[in-house]
Amino acid sequence: MSEEFIQGIVVFVLAAFVGFEVISKVPATLHTPLMSGANAISGITIVGALFAAGLGEGTVAAILGFLAVTFATINVIGGFLVTDRMLEMFKRKPAKRE
Amino acid sequence: MTTLLYLAAGVLFILGLRGLGSPRTARRGNLLAAIGMLLAIVVTVAAIIDEPEIVWGTIIAGSIVGGGIGAYLALRVQMTAMPQLVAAFNGFGGGASALVASAEVVATDGVFSTETSVTVALSIAIGVVTFSGSFVAYAKLQGLITGRPVGLPGGPWFNAVLAGIAVGVGIWAVSSGDPVAYWVLAGVTFLLGITAVIAIGGADMPVVISLLNSLSGVAAAMAGFVITNQALIIGGALVGAAGLILTIQMSQAMNRSIANVLFAGFGTEGGPAMDAGDKPVNRASPDDVAISLAYAQTVMVVPGYGLAVAQAQHAVRDLANALEARGITVEYAIHPVAGRMPGHMNVLLAEADVPYDLLLDLDHSNPKLPNTDVVLVVGANDVVNPSARDDASSPIYGMPILEVDTARTTVVVKRSLSPGFAGIDNPLFYKESTMMLFSDAKAGLEAVLAALEEL
Repeated sequence: MSEEFIQGIVVFVLAAFVGFEVISKVPATLHTPLMSGANAISGITIVGALFAAGLGEGTVAAILGFLAVTFATINVIGGFLVTDRMLEMFKRKPAKRE
Repeated sequence: MTTLLYLAAGVLFILGLRGLGSPRTARRGNLLAAIGMLLAIVVTVAAIIDEPEIVWGTIIAGSIVGGGIGAYLALRVQMTAMPQLVAAFNGFGGGASALVASAEVVATDGVFSTETSVTVALSIAIGVVTFSGSFVAYAKLQGLITGRPVGLPGGPWFNAVLAGIAVGVGIWAVSSGDPVAYWVLAGVTFLLGITAVIAIGGADMPVVISLLNSLSGVAAAMAGFVITNQALIIGGALVGAAGLILTIQMSQAMNRSIANVLFAGFGTEGGPAMDAGDKPVNRASPDDVAISLAYAQTVMVVPGYGLAVAQAQHAVRDLANALEARGITVEYAIHPVAGRMPGHMNVLLAEADVPYDLLLDLDHSNPKLPNTDVVLVVGANDVVNPSARDDASSPIYGMPILEVDTARTTVVVKRSLSPGFAGIDNPLFYKESTMMLFSDAKAGLEAVLAALEEL
């Protein structure tokens, strides 16, 4: 295995453990925004999509690249926006009422 | 330098997710994650901007089309339709990762090192399953296809065999490096995503959506290995872990294993025969309900999927306001799998301005229920079914429930005596201390409120 690939595995394993630690105590109230926010983060694949769309050669590559950018952008823009919309509703609540 | 900036994006994702863990910091957390994403995109554009043969057309066209669709969906969606929207976004994320890996197959004509080819196959397989599975989940939640589990020839074996074929094709792709093998893999996993999710019933959707969420992250991480990019690996691994935690929590809330949810075809047999017609129920009018609420000191609302279907969240809030004006304490008991996605009820009630500190989870509400005067069950069924506690022969036996039958009075607002998704009769409906208000959740609550104001 190449050095780069092994480094990738190290990063993957550590990031997964960080994810478990950071998220395991999230209250049920925030489960939906958490999922939708995490979903937006999975749109990081847009980085790969930009490489594929920008540097691909030929018609097939162009179609795949276009679709990849489109899908990833839907995921990123839609995911962050809808999460913010939900959290705005949670935010304006005072903790106590008279 | 580029690598360090990608790492910074990854750190922002971690800080963002941590922020999402508390109501006070959640919005800032989401913003931090979005800044991380913007950073990753800017770094990427900067890295490819000097390439002589760069094609801007596809990038710009894709960004405009995707951004427009994403923004439109995010800003227009009803809160009650949130589960299907999250399902759709999961699907697009998984699909994008599969496309990134596919583009790499086209670019290299399938020539990879062995370890890279494994990650190419995994990105395609996981990404495509996430894509097709998410859109079946979307169709079920949107009511485009039946929400009930659809039986497959051979039952659970159908998907097991299909998964086995996918593994075989994956091995073929990795060992031969033939691009055709990757396309066959995409086809088989596309079918697998459809057949796997279509066999799962609507009430199991909290588990399915969480799992698809996790898979969309894993697919992104695998794509990160394919193109050797740490930002994808970090972001993908975080999402994979987050989704997996939710998946496990949701399964535990139903006392079932993930495998059981995915493969058991729960509810297809229809459960024990219904003999609801013969048993007496305590049929109540809105006036009866209003009177018992008016004389209560403590009221606990138990919402379920029926609340979302009827869009009754504002009606609940209006009724609660009227009760609180009379000095009655109103709280809400939320079962983890009430609704169609984790936290579904919480989002709906937040939309209706119910303070989140009045929403109690299973562990906090059950001890309070025996001292509660009136429990108001709105569109929930299986999560309040005492059979899960008392009847060892019940299919849902062992599932943690909200023990509303321990309260002094239980009011169930429900359209009919029809069983929940599991097809199981609910003894709660026939208890002497239970009042059944047969109505659509919204219309019923509005009628109760009107009656209350007459008192």
